[in-house]
Amino acid sequence: MPADGMTGLMAGTQGDIMRRDRNQHPPAFTPQYKTSVLRSPRRALVSLEPGPGENAGPVFKARILEPLDNDLIRNYAQAEGNHGDAQGERIIVHGKVLDECGRPVPNTLIEVWQANAGGRYRHKNDSYLAPLDPNFGGQGRCMTDADGNYFFRTIRPGPYPWRNNGSDWRPAHIHISLFGHAFVQRLVSQLYFEGDPLIPFCPIIGTLPDKAAAERLVARLDMGNAVPFDALAYRFDVVLRGRRQTFFENRPEGM
Amino acid sequence: MPVEYLKETPSQTGGPYVHIGTLPAFAGLAVRTQEQPHIIDGAGERIRITGLVIDGSGTPVRDALLELWQADAEGRHNAGDFSGWGRAAASSETGEWMFETVRPGVVPWRDGRPQAPHVSLLIFARGINIHLHTRMYFPEDAAALEADPVLRSVEQAGRRATLVAERTAAADMPSYRFTIHLQGDAETVFFDM
Ligand SMILES: [Fe+2]
Repeated sequence: MPADGMTGLMAGTQGDIMRRDRNQHPPAFTPQYKTSVLRSPRRALVSLEPGPGENAGPVFKARILEPLDNDLIRNYAQAEGNHGDAQGERIIVHGKVLDECGRPVPNTLIEVWQANAGGRYRHKNDSYLAPLDPNFGGQGRCMTDADGNYFFRTIRPGPYPWRNNGSDWRPAHIHISLFGHAFVQRLVSQLYFEGDPLIPFCPIIGTLPDKAAAERLVARLDMGNAVPFDALAYRFDVVLRGRRQTFFENRPEGM
Repeated sequence: MPVEYLKETPSQTGGPYVHIGTLPAFAGLAVRTQEQPHIIDGAGERIRITGLVIDGSGTPVRDALLELWQADAEGRHNAGDFSGWGRAAASSETGEWMFETVRPGVVPWRDGRPQAPHVSLLIFARGINIHLHTRMYFPEDAAALEADPVLRSVEQAGRRATLVAERTAAADMPSYRFTIHLQGDAETVFFDM
């Protein structure tokens, strides 16, 4: 922090997180996704530059992770005291977390959750008729390494029906949650799979006004990183908000 | 051509099963059952915050997930062992959620002016396409609330009260009630910071 009233160069300090480009995101009110109708604020968001608390954020240490946290094929069965693998198409999902400036985001927590190979979630509120897999919980965690790289192993989730326009179908997807290093870098999204024919019909992907933005949620088949006789690989890179460099900082006017 | 940056990955709703990845024990999984991320340990005065998220029909949202971020009792972030971060699920029956934490201290704003003590909250849920960001302030701090630079940036003075909790009676620790309205006359102020 500069002393009150000081302006000028603050070498070595970290700047603000850049403004969020809301055009990359769905608006709150998207009537084709019916649940959004009553859950969308109708007033304009109050726009402010982030303060010191918003430019900072929670720190999660790698020591909170269990050894199998990034292996959804095995982590649930093991927690239950069993040793079986989950059923389904075995895949590795990997990629790099960058910020908008292209800098890797190291040592940041990633959480994922998903349905099993039949499209059923292990959740007290999911009553879809597809059966649960006794060896699949559907949750995992990992941290990016020093270069922003991450990976986890899982099975490809199944599509599932949901009540929206009658029975809509979700394309296969994995939910993903990222923290970055600032409170306002927080991001929760979903990754889809290249070539899934349900993608064009999905009302939730359809909340994105920009088709090019939706394309950036599609994980790409990565044959080069497929594990021979074991698992296919998909690549999914994530971009979080960037951080400005600090040059000259002004006191805001009119406040 | 202006300088090009990478584009932020688009948000998608956390969906109804957000708990599997974030609070697995709440979802019903027998994993990480000892974790209590709605309780934030640290030095300072213990406080409780309870609340509801209310939809545009007046109905509590029963599948919301809330995340809390705050300074420690001295107004510092990421100092010592204090995480400053918590996570709570709305009850599947009633929509009630609860945090126990320490009363946050004063954090300076960008220009050095003090902010009134507050916690920041994010709301995730089915039907919320990109998480909502709000703040909860404490009702006792009348003078600090009046001077708070963030509250003052809300142009309609009448809306500022949507960010101030109510004090409720509780024997064990100071307790606050914070009702978040997604729509309607009392729509809570949400930020784009
Ligand atoms: Fe889902």
